[in-house]
Amino acid sequence: MSEIIVNAVSKTWGGVGGVERISFKAEAGTLLVLLGPSGCGKSTTLRLIAGLEEVDSGMITIGGRDVTHLSPAERRISMVFQSYALFPHLNVAENIIFGLKVRGVGRAERDERLKKVADIVGLSHLLERKPSQLSGGQRQRVALGRAIIAEAAICLMDEPLSNLDAKLRHEMRTEIRSLQQRLGVTMVYVTHDQTEAMTMADRVILMRDGHIEQNGAPHELYSEPASDFTARFIGTPSMNIISWQDDAMLGVRPEHISLVERDGVPATVKAVEYLGADSIILCDVKGETVSVRQTGYCSLPAGTQVGLEWQNRHIHLFDRDSGKRLAGRVAA
Amino acid sequence: MVASVMSATEPKSARRRNWVKSVNAWLLLLPAMVLLATFTHYPIIATLYHSFFSLGRSGPAEFVGLENYRYMLDDDVFWQVLRNNFIFALATVPTSIALALLMAVWVDKKIVGRSFLRLAFFTPTVLPMIAVANIWLFFYTPDYGLLDQFLKSLGFAGHNWLGDPSTVMTCLAVMVVWKEAGFFMIFYLAALQSTPPELKEAASVEGASRWYFFRRVTFPLLMPTTLFISINALINSFKLVDQLVIMTKGGPNNASSLLLYYIYEVAFNFWDTTYAATLTVTLIAILAAVALTKFVYLDRRIHYQ
Ligand SMILES: Nc1ncnc2c1ncn2[C@@H]1O[C@H](COP(=O)(O)OP(=O)(O)O)[C@@H](O)[C@H]1O
Ligand SMILES: [Mg+2]
Repeated sequence: MSEIIVNAVSKTWGGVGGVERISFKAEAGTLLVLLGPSGCGKSTTLRLIAGLEEVDSGMITIGGRDVTHLSPAERRISMVFQSYALFPHLNVAENIIFGLKVRGVGRAERDERLKKVADIVGLSHLLERKPSQLSGGQRQRVALGRAIIAEAAICLMDEPLSNLDAKLRHEMRTEIRSLQQRLGVTMVYVTHDQTEAMTMADRVILMRDGHIEQNGAPHELYSEPASDFTARFIGTPSMNIISWQDDAMLGVRPEHISLVERDGVPATVKAVEYLGADSIILCDVKGETVSVRQTGYCSLPAGTQVGLEWQNRHIHLFDRDSGKRLAGRVAA
Repeated sequence: MVASVMSATEPKSARRRNWVKSVNAWLLLLPAMVLLATFTHYPIIATLYHSFFSLGRSGPAEFVGLENYRYMLDDDVFWQVLRNNFIFALATVPTSIALALLMAVWVDKKIVGRSFLRLAFFTPTVLPMIAVANIWLFFYTPDYGLLDQFLKSLGFAGHNWLGDPSTVMTCLAVMVVWKEAGFFMIFYLAALQSTPPELKEAASVEGASRWYFFRRVTFPLLMPTTLFISINALINSFKLVDQLVIMTKGGPNNASSLLLYYIYEVAFNFWDTTYAATLTVTLIAILAAVALTKFVYLDRRIHYQ
């Protein structure tokens, strides 16, 4: 079992980009997701763990072994790249066993492991094909196969599903998650898609501008966002954040607001987005837009006056300047 | 079925539009076609035609069938220049390709002064062959040329490099490699830069050494480029004869003459135009065979994307 510990690691390019003193731990056998908008340093973090980038300062250990200055190969990890990084001149089988060949694994063992892995990723019938003759999903599986045949305790993935269509993405994410659990590997998974993060992760690290914004289980990020940034990033549609008192902002999720006939916060319906199972009603509250989620179809025409209501236990307060969560305060 | 119904119901105006489009396309192609026909296709046909006739210095040219070709096969000089040409190709093509690859891999790395190196390697390509030949003529000049001065300072005797049949080909080959390798390097460099960097990273995660990666990934991926370059180098080795005019005039005793230069001599020194036409047809046949091999056979074998 191998846990990964990243301790106060920094990496910048001439002071710009990269990551600044980040620390976190990925427990052995769990799936850790690095989540955040584009350019926040997710890939950099992953590449630092892989050894594809050299740290400026800080320490990385894998399974208790200091790997900070080891080469990628010495770290005994496997990795799936966003572009899959398949070798175009090698067929599926040769791509998958590339690493075994490098390490001089004997032919008999190679064949045996290839057979097993090809079964797992469902490519047994395509072993002779070149990558150019495969669909996006199949290429993805080859990359996956190449990662798991190594039987490394650590698997790193950088946005592995971002080149697939929505349906396939959904399928693959369940598959990757169950594979991770079945093989018991420690996985660090990079994505900018919060749905992917929420559905797959044991733990999510939300990053922003090279810093860690919040580190917690998916439900913690959802129910107790540490800042308005997290609050806005997690959940679709994102949390409504409106000005409250002088120094505070109030956040409440669309699914926690209900429309009432009388009382409540007065609002005007601007538009309705019908999603099938539910509808998102966009309302205007004193110049700010608030979205409300309602199950089923909603036929309110634009311009209707409505009242909005929510329960106190569902609200979140954030400091206006720092954006940090204000704990222990209750909205008056 | 559906298509036939469609075309039957296709309105007249649509067919008319198609016709206008075709005419437009042909008109746009016309200038290039005229140029090609006048300066490439017609001369080839005319050459082929003339190669079947006698010279006609005294009286009209007569059809002689394959007589000129029979004469060619009996011509010792023809065989010598052909042999020279193949030796020349064999000496220059692999060497310049290997050198080009080496230089490209080197200047593809992130090293200090990379741009300068790239420029330095590319410079010989920019120079006209005539200029290059003059420069190297000075290098090879007996006694006071650069090469001899250098050798003398080491205590060796001077040598007439271009005047000695046993060294002249080597001297010319070295010069041509020097001139051509930089040009081919550009193609390799472009190919190297278009290979995704993740491939290298994926390989390094798997523990592949640099040499292993080069052997198993980079080199195979460069195969289409290598093929392209070899064909070009091969064709160039038949085409490029400017240096002979400046440096050796094909001598001594035809030791450095190449097929194209021999054609030039036959046509414009001896004015035996029909024999020159015969030799030209042979040259075209050789080059066409090379090009055909590429298009028909090799392209199919070496293609990944
Ligand atoms: N090789 C590099 N050279 C310079 N800047 C880089 C390099 N790699 C990443 N960066 C910068 O570091 C920041 C984080 O990049 P990255 O980790 O790739 O973000 P993402 O979260 O989208 O994966 C970006 O601002 C990017 O411009
Ligand atoms: Mg990234």
